[in-house]
Amino acid sequence: LSKEEKLQLRKEKKQQKKKRRDEKGQPAEFSTPGHPQAQLPGAVPPMLAPVPSESLAGSEKLAGGKTKAELRAERRAKQEADRSLKQTKKVESTLATVLAKPRLQPSEPQSTVKRVPEHVQVDDPAAQRRLAKKLERQQVPLRPDYGAKVNLFSHLHQYSRKMPLTQQMSIPSTAIHPAVVQLGLQYSQGLLNGSNARCLALLQVFRQVIRDYSTPPSEELSRDLVARLKPYISFLNQCRPLSASMGNAIKYLKKEISGLSSTLREEEAKGKLQGSIDGYVREKIQLAAEAISKYAFEKISDGDVILVYGCSSLVNRTLCDAHANGRAFRVIVVDSRPRLEGRDTLRRLVCKGIRCTYVMITAISYMLPEVSKVLLGAHALLANGSVMSRVGTSQIALVSKAYNVPVLVCCETYKFCERVQTDSFVSNELDDPDDLIVSGKGGAHLRGWKENSSLRLLNLVYDVTPPELVDLVITDLGMIPCTSVPVVLRVKNVEQ
Amino acid sequence: MKLDIVCIPDDADMGTADSLRHIHQKIKTDVLVLSCDLITDVALHEVVDLFRAHDATLSMLMKKAHEPAEMVPGQKGKKKPVEQRDFIGVDDTGKRLLFMANEADLDEELVIKRSLLQKHPRMHIRTGLADAHLYCLKKYVVDFLAENRSLTSIRSELIPYLVRKQFSSPASLRQGQDNKEQDQKSLDIYSYVKGDSLLEFAPDKSCWNGHSADLNEAFHGGKMRCYVHIMKEGLCYRVNTLGLYIEANRQVPKLLPALVYPEEPLVHVSAQVTDRGLIGSDSIIGSSTQVGEKTSIKHSIIGSTCTIKDRVKITNCIIMNSVTIEEGCSLQSCLICHYAVIEKGADLRDCLIGSSQRLEPKSKHVNEVIVGSEQLMEI
Repeated sequence: LSKEEKLQLRKEKKQQKKKRRDEKGQPAEFSTPGHPQAQLPGAVPPMLAPVPSESLAGSEKLAGGKTKAELRAERRAKQEADRSLKQTKKVESTLATVLAKPRLQPSEPQSTVKRVPEHVQVDDPAAQRRLAKKLERQQVPLRPDYGAKVNLFSHLHQYSRKMPLTQQMSIPSTAIHPAVVQLGLQYSQGLLNGSNARCLALLQVFRQVIRDYSTPPSEELSRDLVARLKPYISFLNQCRPLSASMGNAIKYLKKEISGLSSTLREEEAKGKLQGSIDGYVREKIQLAAEAISKYAFEKISDGDVILVYGCSSLVNRTLCDAHANGRAFRVIVVDSRPRLEGRDTLRRLVCKGIRCTYVMITAISYMLPEVSKVLLGAHALLANGSVMSRVGTSQIALVSKAYNVPVLVCCETYKFCERVQTDSFVSNELDDPDDLIVSGKGGAHLRGWKENSSLRLLNLVYDVTPPELVDLVITDLGMIPCTSVPVVLRVKNVEQ
Repeated sequence: MKLDIVCIPDDADMGTADSLRHIHQKIKTDVLVLSCDLITDVALHEVVDLFRAHDATLSMLMKKAHEPAEMVPGQKGKKKPVEQRDFIGVDDTGKRLLFMANEADLDEELVIKRSLLQKHPRMHIRTGLADAHLYCLKKYVVDFLAENRSLTSIRSELIPYLVRKQFSSPASLRQGQDNKEQDQKSLDIYSYVKGDSLLEFAPDKSCWNGHSADLNEAFHGGKMRCYVHIMKEGLCYRVNTLGLYIEANRQVPKLLPALVYPEEPLVHVSAQVTDRGLIGSDSIIGSSTQVGEKTSIKHSIIGSTCTIKDRVKITNCIIMNSVTIEEGCSLQSCLICHYAVIEKGADLRDCLIGSSQRLEPKSKHVNEVIVGSEQLMEI
């Protein structure tokens, strides 16, 4: 029996027990939610078709008291009946589900089979074949993997910056909008970094795509535009895996497009979409940043020594605003190879006149005794309260905990995502391993790494910090503990 | 690919920039300009990716030029070192074009702006790079060109102007002196640069910075950027001189089979060759050509519908279409144009024979250019 069927049976048993306890009058007529149908590819949420309850027939027999053996026999008989019914139902259900509308029951936990996303199944040839077919259909080139991967991460993609996706595309690109090609190139070459920057650039490019879009004569804008955007999103995904912020923005945009009423003219519809994109940027990114900066300002006191890691646009803005409002503090910027993003933080803070110290991550245990608080940025906040951020963040949080230094994470709510991750292996991003070849002083000791069959280079991009190490999350909704993240997500879902 | 051919009236002496100005109405987006005499196998995405990724104003292609080894017909004496050297300055990565000057424009010194050195302390200056005349230009450059009629040539005027303007401040900042200059026709390109306000704050939040040495923002806040892709290996010929033309022809037999005609043999099927054995393996013979007995052809390229009689020795030549070569001739390192007729027993070395010329029998020429009086050729 599959999982759903077992769950189904358990539910029915519970309901029968309740009825037996009542032992009064007519058994209440109820229809249990039908068996979850056979998984349609990519179907989220599952389609449910109501099934008349077989238990109705069985409950009439249960009016009187029965021995355990008889009950067990009944249960077994019912199981057989269910199974045979399900076989016949399967044939009808495929037709029914196509016609039936999806029903969301947010109060009940859904017994769904979540599809594992393709980008963490690189070592599964069937999944890769499916991806190749999908890309071919959308006329998006497939980016080949590069170099030997560390075994633990062989389920993830590893690309080389020297083999851009545009190699396989025509010039000028016909299948993909040129602005999207430019954006993808900037992502893959590392010229656009940071989840806010990437999301902003994505939204502006989509704004331009919508501006340049014209509905073909026999199509409806709300459906055709979404179909038009799909290859672009696949292309951007091939250039660089989408960040959580980008994913949420795309979801929002798709919902807006599908929600357009068909009575609108094309110009009005496009204007409305552009307006909604502007609204999203203003509310979720810019105003959220202001709100977070204000909340964080309360937490920064005079004489503080604040430790920051890497380059987070939100943390930079918070610190610059706090300094502009007259707080006296100094900052310790922690940096790590190979990206060395801390240099950019250092530049921005020093230009504003903040006193900074710059160290490598290897020196944090020396610096932490004098630090009063740690301010970190996040790439995404997961549904179990974990923080996904640049690799090295979890180490900073860990060592700070050991030194009893409070760790504050700044994150806008649009970066909250429904994924749950407890470790950094399951879903991550592997950057170009050739970045590790050149060491700080310019010596390239690892240049011949590919010839050595037992040498693998690993250039991780993200890591996951467990919620126990984070003391406070500062969001635009306020300052919440890490464990309240699922509440925020639930509130967001209900709103939508 | 839809081709739209625009003709330029013959009497109008238009330079390359003038031609671009002529069609500027048809240009609606960024444009790729290339010269028709370019033969290259560069991966075009390398040049275009630089243009796209860095949002550049200009992106061009260059290759290390090598001196043609062969003697060019008609050249007297050793080739003088090129007096019109180009000085190309690139930054550490070798991609950003910082400086471009031609020796002809300079008096005695190479002048480098201080603002340039402040932003890029390390610059590599190279000579000996051949420009392939392949440019990716932004639309606003074409708009600027349309207004500014003083620029006639892309290569010698527009490109150095753009490279220079990368490091000069926009004219609007120099308020005082400009009021007089605005009457003149020299408009500043910064007034055409469209700051795309949509993308302005995205790069602001990005943590990429092309340089690490100073406190400036990415690209030092400059709005114009020029990039160059310098090819290391591969084919890149701009056949605008005779020497390069001959050089390109030498390379073609090695490359044609791989590049264009994998199935077609170098000797065309309709050519009638009597002694196959005497034809070298890297010679190309065009269609309907007749080659007589005992004729040896080595390292040569022969066009179509030629007639080559018996006992002719052809080495290292380029012979164009419909040429007639009578018996007993001996040709070495020659270039013979269409419809020429070489009579019996001629002996030619390092010569250039113009089209429809007729040489007397038993003539002997070494290192000469024989063209008709109406055909003036520059070598």
